[in-house]
Amino acid sequence: MKRSLLAAAIVLWATLALALAPSERLADPAQEARARELSAELRCLVCQNQSIDDSDADLAKDLRRLVRERIVAGDSNAEVKEFLVRRFGEFVLLKPSFSIRNALLWLLPLVVLMFGFVASRRLFARRTSGAGPAGAAPLTDAEQAEIDRLTNPHS
Amino acid sequence: MIVETGHFALVLALVVAGLTMVVPLMGAMRGDARLMAVANPGALAQFALLALAFAALTAAYVGSDFSVQNVYENSHTDQPLIYRFSGVWGNHEGSILLWVLILTLFGACVALFGRNIPEALRAVTLSVQSSISAAFLLFILFTSNPFSRLFPSPAEGRSLNPVLQDPGLAVHPPLLYVGYVGFSIVFSFAAAALILGRIDAGWARIVRPWILTAWVGLTAGIALGSYWAYYELGWGGYWFWDPVENSSLMPWLSGTALLHSAIVMERRDALKIWTILLAILTFSLSLLGTFLVRSGVLTSVHAFASDPARGVFILLILCMFIGGALALFAARGPQMAGGALFSPISREGSLVLNNLFLSAACAAVLIGTLYPLALEALTGDKISVGPPFFNATFLPLCLPVVLAMPFGQQLAWKRGDLLSIASRLFIAVLVGGLTALAVAATTHGTDVVAIIGLGLGVFVVVGSLDDLRVRAFRSGAANALSRFAGLPRTVIAAAIAHMGVGLMVIGISATAFHEERIAAMAPGDKVQLDGLDIVFGGARRVVGPNFAATVANFAVFDGGAKVAELHPGKRTYVGRTMPTSETARLTRGLGQIYLAIGDSHGDKVDVRAYWKPWVLLIWIGPLVMSLAGLLSLTDRRLRIAPPRRVRKAAILEAAE
Repeated sequence: MKRSLLAAAIVLWATLALALAPSERLADPAQEARARELSAELRCLVCQNQSIDDSDADLAKDLRRLVRERIVAGDSNAEVKEFLVRRFGEFVLLKPSFSIRNALLWLLPLVVLMFGFVASRRLFARRTSGAGPAGAAPLTDAEQAEIDRLTNPHS
Repeated sequence: MIVETGHFALVLALVVAGLTMVVPLMGAMRGDARLMAVANPGALAQFALLALAFAALTAAYVGSDFSVQNVYENSHTDQPLIYRFSGVWGNHEGSILLWVLILTLFGACVALFGRNIPEALRAVTLSVQSSISAAFLLFILFTSNPFSRLFPSPAEGRSLNPVLQDPGLAVHPPLLYVGYVGFSIVFSFAAAALILGRIDAGWARIVRPWILTAWVGLTAGIALGSYWAYYELGWGGYWFWDPVENSSLMPWLSGTALLHSAIVMERRDALKIWTILLAILTFSLSLLGTFLVRSGVLTSVHAFASDPARGVFILLILCMFIGGALALFAARGPQMAGGALFSPISREGSLVLNNLFLSAACAAVLIGTLYPLALEALTGDKISVGPPFFNATFLPLCLPVVLAMPFGQQLAWKRGDLLSIASRLFIAVLVGGLTALAVAATTHGTDVVAIIGLGLGVFVVVGSLDDLRVRAFRSGAANALSRFAGLPRTVIAAAIAHMGVGLMVIGISATAFHEERIAAMAPGDKVQLDGLDIVFGGARRVVGPNFAATVANFAVFDGGAKVAELHPGKRTYVGRTMPTSETARLTRGLGQIYLAIGDSHGDKVDVRAYWKPWVLLIWIGPLVMSLAGLLSLTDRRLRIAPPRRVRKAAILEAAE
């Protein structure tokens, strides 16, 4: 049962030939463009990792209608998102807001980068290291010659 | 009987893997060549046994033996032969079997082609590789046995998931696994180097072809998966930032970093600690990907399995290998002193920059993939991390890497001169800038990011090839041709691979200029795209071997002349209720007209039609990168094995 449900979900995910039906669209092209832009940033809550713009699920259809209603009612993009977050929670946003809770998510890549920069500065700064690998088996002369030959193939 | 032979082969492979894991390692520790000599036949035997098991499962599929549970669940007698064949790996058990098959294939390749590898290094490497295959063979035998029988045997199977019934599936997983699993041998080399305490430029030289082989497979596999999603899923996207896609992208990113840092290690004996760490991390990310996909932690199109026992088992394997390797690294790492020194503005420096940003980009993908899982597990809060997040974090981190590529290629080792290179790259900058200006003028500058992206892509393509021009003309135009012919293939391959990146950037940037038409069309209605008229001719019902379909007929007119007919459709497969989409595409130059149909109302059909200029470059780019990788593998330095005399001497020395 679980398997077949899963299979159904898989197929559902992949059969969304036409997410946005022609009849759903707004007459005003500028408003419709805004609706499309917003739809791409909102999650279809019952789908796997899909925006409501891509999804054919009924819920996505309802959300698309809701987004268009709010736009026609005069909401700004931020207000539409706020409205949906109040109703459905932050889960609905495909791009999580920047908050204390999500700080790690947004900042960790930068932390990795900074750490890398600091580490690589030490790489350039470390000008005096003549010490060979202590504790490792030392190379025999033949092996050293082999390495020299391998690393300088043209000499 | 064939099925039982396969099952028995797996058990025997486990025993052989256990032996190969222990004996050569003991041999290396004691300096006993006879014990080390077990490694080669052990690795070959494992591969032979896995090949036998795989052949047995394939025979059960092709012969539609539904007494095997796995075949019953994923095959059907009406399925065309190719899908009965590729169905072998279109499910959890079969794909894990393929995983281990490729794992042992790499071990066998080291045994066969590793003549230039020192005896001890090869023995310990194959020991580590065997320990990985032993762990996964245990996983197969205890949680995911593809040879389980059903009694009574059903008369008919349940058929392969229709989404997977596509030629793309026949090639995508094997190629992807060559990359994904190929990094296992690099991991084994790294662990062996740590165990033996020998980490030097010679190691990097030995390992680089293996990194390259895995990277070529992974690059091609990801590109193929992307193209498959593009035409199969029906709305023309090529990358969805799905956790499963991310699972393959992460090893690709760190593998690409590894490919570059290993150059520094090979040529300059520097960045040793980092290269070894990357080798460990890359395969760790492959294992993590396997865990994410196979455990069912993420439920998505690729997650065939959702069984907690499997998840826990893979998690154990994951912790054991990553933890073990990192502990070994921590113990031995400090003993690895750095090698040659270099200035920040140098070839080495540019490769360090490449590594920094690729690692940060990889971290962004890793965090974006795991953060929602961790947050939900810890606090119960659910958040979504989707494409807009990755576009905002991943893309800016990739920008410096792409921008620096043409510079890095021309920088000298040790100490480079950025100014002279900048002046040499003048042509590339000019061509890229003019392209951006021209696009901005013709599109009225609507999408700034896309315009910059196009300019950048063109700059990279021209700049990468410019390196070859500079090298060929170094001593005048007279002997440029012979100089070009004399360039090492690795140099030519690097230029071509970088050009591939540029082509991909162009293709991705051009997606901003896609045209879209959504309409409910009645027969005789038309839409216009790229100056072509696309006329709907009506829809009809069609019955295929194992599906029923609605097929729409569109005629494409250029002026008054008909240039093509397109037949997008929807299929409903036997035994399934939900339909799948069959898109229709017309290639014009490097762009495509793309048609998909949706619901019908009376004689009207919902149609989504696109004109996607330059879209093929998105996949041509990675294809060029893969081919360049293959070219690099044929370089003289890799083709010519060291003289045999040396090897015999080494054996004698070890035996004494």
